[in-house]
Amino acid sequence: MRAFTYERANSPAAAAAAAAGNPEAKFIAGGTNLLDLMKLQIETPSHLIDVNGLKLDTIETTDDGGLRIGALVRNTALAADARVRRDYGVLSRALLAGASAQLRNRATTAGNLLQRTRCPYFYDTAQPCNKREPGSGCSALGGFSRQLGVIGVSEACIATHPSDMAVAMRALDGTVETVKADATTRTIPLAELHRAPGTTPHLETTLAQGELITAVRLPRPIGGRQIYRKVRDRASYAFALVSVAAVIQRDGSGRIALGGIAPRPWRSEAAEAELRRGAKAAAAALLEGARPTRENAFKLPLVERTLSAVLSEARA
Amino acid sequence: MKFEIPATQNPIDQTTVIGQPRDRIDGPLKVSGTAPYAYERHDAAPNQAYGYVLGAAIAKGRILSIDLKEARAAPGVLAIVTASDAGKLGKGKRNTATLLGGPEIEHYHQAVALVVAETFEQARAAASLVRVDYAPSQGAFDLAAEKERAVKPPSEESTPTDTQVGDFTGAFAAAPVSLDQTYTTPDESHAMMEPHATLAAWEGDKLTVWTSNQMVDWAATDLAQTLGIPRANLRVVSPFIGGGFGGKLFLRADVLLAALGARAAERPVKVTLHRPLMMNNTTHRPATIQRIRIGATKDGTITAIGHESWSGDLPGGGPEVAVQQTRLLYAGANRMTAMRLAVLDLPEGNAMRAPGEAPGLMALEMAMDEMAEKLGMDPIAFRVLNDTQVDPEKPHRPFSMRRLNECFRIGAERFGWSRRSQRPAQARDGRWLVGIGVASAFRNNLVTKSAARVGLDRQGVVTVETDMTDIGTGSYTIIAQTAAEMLGVDLDKVIVRLGDSNFPVSSGSGGQWGANSSTAGVYAACVKLRETVAQTLGINSSEAVFTDGEVRAGNRSVPLARAAEAGPLVGEDAIEFGDLDETHQQSTFGAHFVEVGVDAATAETRIRRMLAVCAAGRILNPKTARSQVIGAMTMGAGAALMEELAVDTRRGFFVNHDLAGYEVPVHADIPHQEVIFLDETDPMSSPMKAKGVGELGICGVGAAVANAIYNATGVRVRNYPITLDKLLERMPDAA
Repeated sequence: MRAFTYERANSPAAAAAAAAGNPEAKFIAGGTNLLDLMKLQIETPSHLIDVNGLKLDTIETTDDGGLRIGALVRNTALAADARVRRDYGVLSRALLAGASAQLRNRATTAGNLLQRTRCPYFYDTAQPCNKREPGSGCSALGGFSRQLGVIGVSEACIATHPSDMAVAMRALDGTVETVKADATTRTIPLAELHRAPGTTPHLETTLAQGELITAVRLPRPIGGRQIYRKVRDRASYAFALVSVAAVIQRDGSGRIALGGIAPRPWRSEAAEAELRRGAKAAAAALLEGARPTRENAFKLPLVERTLSAVLSEARA
Repeated sequence: MKFEIPATQNPIDQTTVIGQPRDRIDGPLKVSGTAPYAYERHDAAPNQAYGYVLGAAIAKGRILSIDLKEARAAPGVLAIVTASDAGKLGKGKRNTATLLGGPEIEHYHQAVALVVAETFEQARAAASLVRVDYAPSQGAFDLAAEKERAVKPPSEESTPTDTQVGDFTGAFAAAPVSLDQTYTTPDESHAMMEPHATLAAWEGDKLTVWTSNQMVDWAATDLAQTLGIPRANLRVVSPFIGGGFGGKLFLRADVLLAALGARAAERPVKVTLHRPLMMNNTTHRPATIQRIRIGATKDGTITAIGHESWSGDLPGGGPEVAVQQTRLLYAGANRMTAMRLAVLDLPEGNAMRAPGEAPGLMALEMAMDEMAEKLGMDPIAFRVLNDTQVDPEKPHRPFSMRRLNECFRIGAERFGWSRRSQRPAQARDGRWLVGIGVASAFRNNLVTKSAARVGLDRQGVVTVETDMTDIGTGSYTIIAQTAAEMLGVDLDKVIVRLGDSNFPVSSGSGGQWGANSSTAGVYAACVKLRETVAQTLGINSSEAVFTDGEVRAGNRSVPLARAAEAGPLVGEDAIEFGDLDETHQQSTFGAHFVEVGVDAATAETRIRRMLAVCAAGRILNPKTARSQVIGAMTMGAGAALMEELAVDTRRGFFVNHDLAGYEVPVHADIPHQEVIFLDETDPMSSPMKAKGVGELGICGVGAAVANAIYNATGVRVRNYPITLDKLLERMPDAA
């Protein structure tokens, strides 16, 4: 860990302003991912801006009947919120499928969206990794890639985004509210928050330097059967091999977003258009253009089979 | 005390304290966070500094240069140790690779530098500034690719590499029913909770290390040899160990580097092997490729059994003895076993909980299941039919005690085995395909010399001192129970001090030899003390009965404490074993039953219930023994379903080198476990008539899980761990 300076921000705009002028600054909230990365010398910020005191920890009902979830709402609180459990069940289930109770108590909504990949090569500073050290190469391609991405990946990087929460929020058409250093705010659809890796996998989001997420907004409830199915090697405390967040309506239409297979929560309109024709057709559309490695090719049939189980459950 | 003839009646047989399910006497210290583990010995020496280990970034090659300039200038840095300035170092006889690498690098994350600083954070930050220039060279990292180049390793007397009885080839070829299959097990990590850790302090030329090690005397001997100092100048203290599983049998880099760092910084230095370093810096259970051939008559009598195993290690290392149990477990007139060893430049392979049997039974007991199916026999009936009461390779050696068939009978009844469908993929519970499986558990009972010192003071308090260790197993408690039983007091009158090289040399903890051997050593010392007590009190020692805090003989009854009125009394002795383990085969036995559910869609396997029935001599404490067995069953479940050190065969290292990447079971994976111990005493094992259970519990579990998965799905996976990707394509139609 590199020595760093530390400040507590007084307002979201002040936090953004403090970070904007310093490319080596990082926001810290729950710290459940950032501190690990700092200890391992993967993240080496010279300055930390603690945003925990910013009062962004409430969940409000919005005028249009949706929810506005403060960036600092802890994962535990969000999963347990009565409105979330009633109207956005897929989100509550996704949260509870992630991490452990202790981590969820600390981890925040915005931090969860911005957590970094768990690719083991990203975690080993002795190994080439384009995400950690641009231009050094990708060790995972041709290496141990069983956990890694099969779609939306590039020659430079096959890392996955590890979040469960983000997958559910993507299915719910979540949007992200931010504030910039000049105090201007904007709204970014979750679909546009994470970048495709391309040749620059170290650039992970469309946020500007210093831009701070202040909330996640969910549109008003859409009903339907809300299912989160996480497939993994052990029963708890493991990242998804494949996960499916689904909101399925009585007529068989619906939305699906997938985790564990791509650098961002994976959703496709084409796949949703095929939903009523069944899992095979939907999976084929969803995985159009997939480029798995030898080690993770099993994720393709696994997606179809998991989707099939989810659709059966939705019908039951 | 020599133990050369079978034990007869002795005070241990009273079982007023021994054999009782007593709570751990060290439990309150542990649950209150006050048990002094090595890295927390802030009290042990003043002015401690922190060392941070830098591991090699290549698997094989040479260090061309190390630039320490920036690191030395970093805040708080006191000293930096590398091979080029550490002075001449030897190598402990139990180490394969050197613990401080350079200029040659033998494996990934081999230690190349220790940075010592005022704080841990400073040491870690400075370590990232050490610039090492490497010249990598080509290495061999892929066992499957090196298999054909594997050679017959040097045979040791205790474990020959090859054995042959009768005409295996002929009998196998002639057998009406036969099986020839190959199975693989992966590299596994001990992944214990407490990382290796040491605090080292020099006083002149005398060194004390507070560390976490299963074998205090081995550590002291190998550290003296490595540092080139007299053994007498060295004290090793290891009273509490947060898990070892064989990973702490040997001197490791934390001890050596703490000692070197303390010498360089001229201050006590504390070093831990941080988690990401553990998998590649320390030892691991080596991967195996195993070929098993079984031939039988149509009624299921085994006529030929063959087991070959290939594993790899660094030059100078040894094989995983995965064929060991096949020499003893089942009858069969014609037999062969063989082990071959390839050179691999991966980190050092070595013992992990039940080395040999754990991976060996994962293969053999799956093969037995497959063979039973070929014969159309029930898997238990097939095993029972081929039971043997003598060493099948040397039939003049009977087993001292072998009740494997009884384990199966009792287990089958308790588990509801009769409800199992012999045809696979028949049972369904909602989304789950349900199956049950069984396997034999088998692990040899090793006995080894063990000494102890037992004192009595005028308050009647009994103090036991031995360098025996408690690696979470319950040694403190069973040793206290032994002394309490022998001297007729309750546990609150017994103090146990362990893990200090100033104490008499014990068996240590490993190979499940610790419980029986170390308590037998305490027994021997107690016999000495009893004689001294009787003599002091003027009682004929052959008539003396020690009970209820008193010594009784005839009508006379004297408080035990009175014997120490004139000054404390001490008895010191060792148990030394004769040839009863040569004339008789001493082993422990069990039967594992497992029920699994396999998700019909995703092929995720989840264990639903587990039962182990164990026959392992006298159970010294059913509570701590049960904890040992359920822990081992959990580890076996991990081996079956998820544990695998992923080898990067291009770069030569274990990629998933932390507990996020190397998955071990969590609570949610282990829903229900039951353990039954047969009531038995084995007079051939020691005066305690006990044997080990700590490793028996892992032996066979993996195969029982695998067999249950087959029973659930009809899919046979012969490459562990059985993850969903290996099942997926062959799963039955998920209707």
